[in-house]
Amino acid sequence: MSPDIHAIIEQELKLIAPDIDLAAIDPKHDLREECDIDSMDFLSLVTALHRRLGVDVPERDYPKLITLDGATEYLRRKLAEL
Amino acid sequence: MSWDSILKRPEEIARANLRDYDREVTDFSWDQARSLLDGLPDGGLNITYEAVDRHVSHGRGDKIALRWISQENRIRALTYSDLQKLTNKFANVLRSLNFGKGDRVYCLLGRVPDLYIAALGSLKAGAAFCPLFSAFGPEPIKARMSIGEANLLITTERFYRRKLASWRNELGSLRHVVLVDGEDTLPDGTFGLAALMDGASETFNIERTAPEDIALLHFTSGTTGRPKGAVHVHAAVIAHHITGQFALDLHPDDIFWCTADPGWVTGTSYGIISPLTNGTTMIVDQAEFDAERWYRILQDHKVTVWYTAPTAIRMLMKVGSDIVRQFDLSHLRYMASVGEPLNPEAVVWSAKTFGKPFHDNWWQTETGGIMISNYQAMEVRPGSMGKPLPGVEAGIVERHDGQLREITAPSTVGELALRPGWPSMMRAYLHEEERYRKCFADGWYLSGDLAMRDADGYYWFVGRADDMIKSSGHLIGPFEVESALMEHPAVAEVAVIGIPDPVAGEIVKAFVALKAGIASSEELRMELLGHARKRLGPAVAPKEVVFRQNLPKTRSGKIMRRLLKARELGLPEGDISTLESEER
Repeated sequence: MSPDIHAIIEQELKLIAPDIDLAAIDPKHDLREECDIDSMDFLSLVTALHRRLGVDVPERDYPKLITLDGATEYLRRKLAEL
Repeated sequence: MSWDSILKRPEEIARANLRDYDREVTDFSWDQARSLLDGLPDGGLNITYEAVDRHVSHGRGDKIALRWISQENRIRALTYSDLQKLTNKFANVLRSLNFGKGDRVYCLLGRVPDLYIAALGSLKAGAAFCPLFSAFGPEPIKARMSIGEANLLITTERFYRRKLASWRNELGSLRHVVLVDGEDTLPDGTFGLAALMDGASETFNIERTAPEDIALLHFTSGTTGRPKGAVHVHAAVIAHHITGQFALDLHPDDIFWCTADPGWVTGTSYGIISPLTNGTTMIVDQAEFDAERWYRILQDHKVTVWYTAPTAIRMLMKVGSDIVRQFDLSHLRYMASVGEPLNPEAVVWSAKTFGKPFHDNWWQTETGGIMISNYQAMEVRPGSMGKPLPGVEAGIVERHDGQLREITAPSTVGELALRPGWPSMMRAYLHEEERYRKCFADGWYLSGDLAMRDADGYYWFVGRADDMIKSSGHLIGPFEVESALMEHPAVAEVAVIGIPDPVAGEIVKAFVALKAGIASSEELRMELLGHARKRLGPAVAPKEVVFRQNLPKTRSGKIMRRLLKARELGLPEGDISTLESEER
């Protein structure tokens, strides 16, 4: 069974920024603004997702993960390629 | 490990503003620098007049002053003449609200054109302008607005609701809140900027500000106590102007991009004032860091001078050099960096990747402008911050039996100090005479940074002399972070230090001891992390929180941050004779 990527991203986000209200996030909008996280937090998120899912995310692809929907779609595709 | 110096090519030297460093150091005078500006037509000196109106008077009104790139890549270009009219309108709005000389206008905005219009317009009206970083949480905002007795705040509806609405009434000095995106249904007690601007005239008689009148208020953190508001005056523009020419090599035909947010001093001195007084076209990008986007901006907007920060440069290094080759960066002529020391690897990488190095420079909120710098026509020694600007006297000093002694032996570590006298030096910490006085001794301004000077006069950063934390180029005071954590009912004591991070330089880490009877748990750790972020915002809040049963303290009960840090880094613990209560 494939993992629920959306839920995993939310869990990892919550570990970095426990103050965020997941329900209030617009999944099509820049996570940094939606969750009040900075670029360093975003790097931590990508690193955490890499560790959790075993998916390599080259730095060039980081912008593709900048929205919740974008990150979900990107990681789903990458996992399917594994 | 030593690094080879980077030598400059004859064509780089030929076009540089500062071609002969030694001669300029001898010949330079601040009076001469003042004469490069016009002054107000009927006397006085006003930053915005020099930045905007002067160019219109000299027939350069049609030149693009600011090219703004929205998050969605929409472009808005404002000429010097547009900027003159818009800042006149804004100044008229302030007048209509009964604002003028001595009032304090605060701004909490992302990088949108209204921020630039508000900053420059406020200065025209004679008000002091104080920018706040939009990634601050409610507490840093509240502290800075109370200390500076904010009279007016310009912000967005979203920021207002999330960060201000709940406590706004506690701030007696605050007369108005103006929202840049407010339209039909405004929150109670706010105005919409658009409606106010619509009715305002495009002509305005600039307030006749004197050189020593307050213009800007920039907050900086201290190791102890509340943030300090560094007061800067209109005369600072003399330094903004000339240092832009020397250290950033700005020419009127440059397209200049300073990536710093105006919420920090760099984003104001060199992200608003200096590029405009020098008549350049400046680029403003609303979006956050994104390597590919940045290279595209450099290419598409034909950026010639680029001023950014080590954290961004290190992130670009991680993305690698291959991507750079996909862009045409042939217009790029000069690159500079500030915020924290730029590591030699990054300097060498940039020289290899871009065919020219990043030029590191050093200054502080207090100094208002660049003090020590590398230059276009001077050999770069990777890892060095360069040499003092003409007109700036620097030294390495040590305190000895209450006396200050200058260290003249080369490559000896001491505190970096400057002889006050340049125009952009702070004139006070607002309402903090004692803390201001403590910055000076024996005719020196003490920077709090440790550094050394080599035999050829190049300065090298060594570290901070105090417990201040430098994260992503921003100075963070441990006290402000500790205070926010102490507000949590479970916390008995807390110490905050900076720990090394390969990208951010340092990140904020908090050591927390809980009250008796409260057990540590992962849930509580998350709660504290969230608590701190909510109050402080992501730029200031700790990225790591760990529990201790007891924190190391001196006999007088002072927590020894330095010891925690030494242990964290595996360094010698140094003198622990005052240690009374051990870490557990």
